[in-house]
Amino acid sequence: MARVRPGEAANPAPPTVQRVRVRFAKRGRLRFLSHRDVARSFERAVRRAAVPVAHSHGFSPHPRLSWIGAAPTGSASEAEYVEIGLTRPVDPADLAAALDAALPAGLDVLDAVVAEGKGLADRIDASRWRVELPGVRSADLAAALDALLATDSLVVERVTPSGRRNIDVRAALVRAEVGGAGPGDAPVDTVPPDGHPGAGPTCAIMTAVVRQTTPAVRPDDVLGALDVVAGLRPPAPAKATRMAQGLLDHRGALADPLGSDRVTTRG
Amino acid sequence: MFADLEPLLPRVSKPVQYVGGELNAQLKDWESAAVRWALMYPDAYEVGLPNQGVMILYEVLNERADALAERCYAVWPDLEALMREHAVPAFTVDGHRPLGAFDLLGVSFATELGYTNLLTALDLAGIPLHAVDRTDEHPVVVAGGHAAFNPEPIADFVDVAALGDGEEVVGEITDVVRDWKAQGRPGGRAELLARLAAHDGCYVPSMYEVEYAPDGGIAAVRPREGAPVSVTKRTTSDLDSWPYPKAPLVPLAETVHERASVEIFRGCTRGCRFCQAGMITRPVRERSLRGIGEMVDAAVRASGFDEVGLLSLSSADHSEIAEITKGLADRYEGTNTGLSLPSTRVDAFNIDLANEISRNGRRSGLTFAPEGGSERIRRVINKMVSEDDLIRTVSEAFAQGWKQVKLYFMCGLPTEEDEDVLEIAGMAHRVIQAGRAASGRNDVRCTISIGGFVPKPHTPFQWAAQAHPDVVDERLRKLRDAVNSNRKLGRNIGMRYHDGRPSLIEGLLARGDRRVGRVIERVWREGGRFDGWSEHFSYDRWTAAARAELEPLGVSLEWFTTRERDRDEVLPWDHLDSGLDRDWLWDDWQDALSGTEQDDCRWTPCFDCGVCPSTGTDIEVGPSGTTLIPLTVVGGVGRGPTDGGASAGG
Repeated sequence: MARVRPGEAANPAPPTVQRVRVRFAKRGRLRFLSHRDVARSFERAVRRAAVPVAHSHGFSPHPRLSWIGAAPTGSASEAEYVEIGLTRPVDPADLAAALDAALPAGLDVLDAVVAEGKGLADRIDASRWRVELPGVRSADLAAALDALLATDSLVVERVTPSGRRNIDVRAALVRAEVGGAGPGDAPVDTVPPDGHPGAGPTCAIMTAVVRQTTPAVRPDDVLGALDVVAGLRPPAPAKATRMAQGLLDHRGALADPLGSDRVTTRG
Repeated sequence: MFADLEPLLPRVSKPVQYVGGELNAQLKDWESAAVRWALMYPDAYEVGLPNQGVMILYEVLNERADALAERCYAVWPDLEALMREHAVPAFTVDGHRPLGAFDLLGVSFATELGYTNLLTALDLAGIPLHAVDRTDEHPVVVAGGHAAFNPEPIADFVDVAALGDGEEVVGEITDVVRDWKAQGRPGGRAELLARLAAHDGCYVPSMYEVEYAPDGGIAAVRPREGAPVSVTKRTTSDLDSWPYPKAPLVPLAETVHERASVEIFRGCTRGCRFCQAGMITRPVRERSLRGIGEMVDAAVRASGFDEVGLLSLSSADHSEIAEITKGLADRYEGTNTGLSLPSTRVDAFNIDLANEISRNGRRSGLTFAPEGGSERIRRVINKMVSEDDLIRTVSEAFAQGWKQVKLYFMCGLPTEEDEDVLEIAGMAHRVIQAGRAASGRNDVRCTISIGGFVPKPHTPFQWAAQAHPDVVDERLRKLRDAVNSNRKLGRNIGMRYHDGRPSLIEGLLARGDRRVGRVIERVWREGGRFDGWSEHFSYDRWTAAARAELEPLGVSLEWFTTRERDRDEVLPWDHLDSGLDRDWLWDDWQDALSGTEQDDCRWTPCFDCGVCPSTGTDIEVGPSGTTLIPLTVVGGVGRGPTDGGASAGG
């Protein structure tokens, strides 16, 4: 083969002609995937599905996948987003079906639209989380949430690989309440009913809307804050699921970040 | 039992390695299978998942209607502690079933340093550590892999060692277990083991009695009634009829090899005297060009990996390697699918090959393994590469735009003196000089990577004295000084070597006999885990355990490692037949000491190593006369239904 000469692109890659935004879920056991694990799974899935993904140029070409605020390792999600650069226009529904078939069960494609207008990052400033707290009674959770919401600022410490960071949970918390999913949420695992002593497992459900800050406030941080303000300490690990991401409206609801693309695409 | 494990997972590092559900993982109906295997790789998921042996057997077994196989890997100490605290047993990642529920537990030992992890798994599974304490209710523990060629150090812990290629023998073991179960388990476990012992390639240690001599050596190894005097390894012929893995597992967590692998041939007759793999996997059996092309296609489609490794012990030696690399590079042109040749030799290598390999992928450094620093020591180890060949090859590589060369060496080889090692510095200096001259640039790099030599069973060096780590460390200190004696060249040379002490323990485990089992057990009881990982390995724990357990028996760590054996000594693995003729091995050892080289039987007449006649096999090399079936790699999404992702067979 001809050797690469200076000034030549090492790997002349076709340009990006279309971008598709994909909403996907991270479910069940695969909630233990880290963001890097998710990214690798997608890189392989686009190849298996023969999605005409664009690549960066150079000696180490990488598929053009752009990620938005990944749910932490251990958290499930019904609302993760990735934007895929393509070298050929495709029907987003075909792409969604092919990609879903190529991903391991538990990484499930929910929606795909052709990207238009503003970037995804500009359409997301908050997340709604649903957290199952096995062994916690709803009344105790309600009292703890009241205490937390009554504060102006509640800082918790998180240990990260790069050191300790202080995070103001209260400042990022838009809403928090006892109770299940709101309208429009995808169904999640069946939850044991709130029990009485001796009448089966107790499991309170918390719904929290959290503004996206840096560093991001995670469900674990909210639980840490409930421990600080009210001594609430679930006896078993909580299970968190991100139900939605989007722009906060004045009522504290989240607008679908793919909504305006869909209107444009289908209009 | 996933429900028991799940609450522990948020509390451990990289929990996803324990959840299973990878692409191409299989989970068969438990009740549908008459015989159930748990297949374990006794190291962490990141090392174990890409293991080809486990992947092959997993598919071969799961293809059978009457069998199922699930995988498991070693759990890290953080999860182990939680499992003990919450009484969660060792489990498979596919079905999250306890290991104790399976009929067989197959464990693949690529290295002896996995032995303590076997004990952890047995203990967490509630399976008695000692084979003698197991009942009909416990799985039959089968060891395989290269280390199984001397399973004596783990003879107390395993029921069976399977010698050689596993594709066929796992099926035959399955048949034996199925029939025994169907007959109502006549004679219990003892009869099952006796039936297995009568089977080719299956060594049942409990059916052999070892008697020791007053000098500490072995006086005799006596088979009990019904067991064969010696057990011969199994050899799979016609690799084209064994195209496994057909659908490689795609890891969820990051692993050491993020690529699909296709084994392009098995066995090696280059005759490097230090190389156990090259000795015990003879003869050479090539997969055909067409067979390789089909496997690469299947692997890429099934996995989505962007790199395919063409595996073997010396990949550039395949008789059709030029057609393979050119053909595959053509096929995957423009698809960002890279190829890699993990093992290449300087003399079998040419730059055209390297260019084909890197055409669609990433151009990392070139790696060569001269193994010995001096011409003399390379004759001793039978690695026939001249320094001039090396310099010619790297010059061309640098002229073609490669910027980095990695060179692998061993230290502590038989007959080695300081000078042999110090010549590595001169070679590295010449590489930099040649690289600068050829490329016209100053920033060329050479990395020399050095491992301590461990004598292994079934090699001509099985009689050799292992060098003490202090000797190795001292030589490497002098080598570092020599590399840096020329600052202008030395600053472009990186030197990598690990602590030599784990090599001594590897040597103990590699050439040990049954008495070494006590050392392994003591180390494990005192907390030994993951001995292949420097952050977990404790040299002091091993040496203290060796003192406590071996010295009362009149032997020692040194006796097993740094002592040279004589011709008449009964070696612990003499009753295990790798096909190599013992006299030939001895003659090759004597040739090594006199620096006499041995050619490769693929290109020169047979030199009677003994493998082909004793195992009923023959060399299977090409050219196969086949062609690579042209495949058109096309995009699937957004095209019509007729060409979507399909191949155009030709």
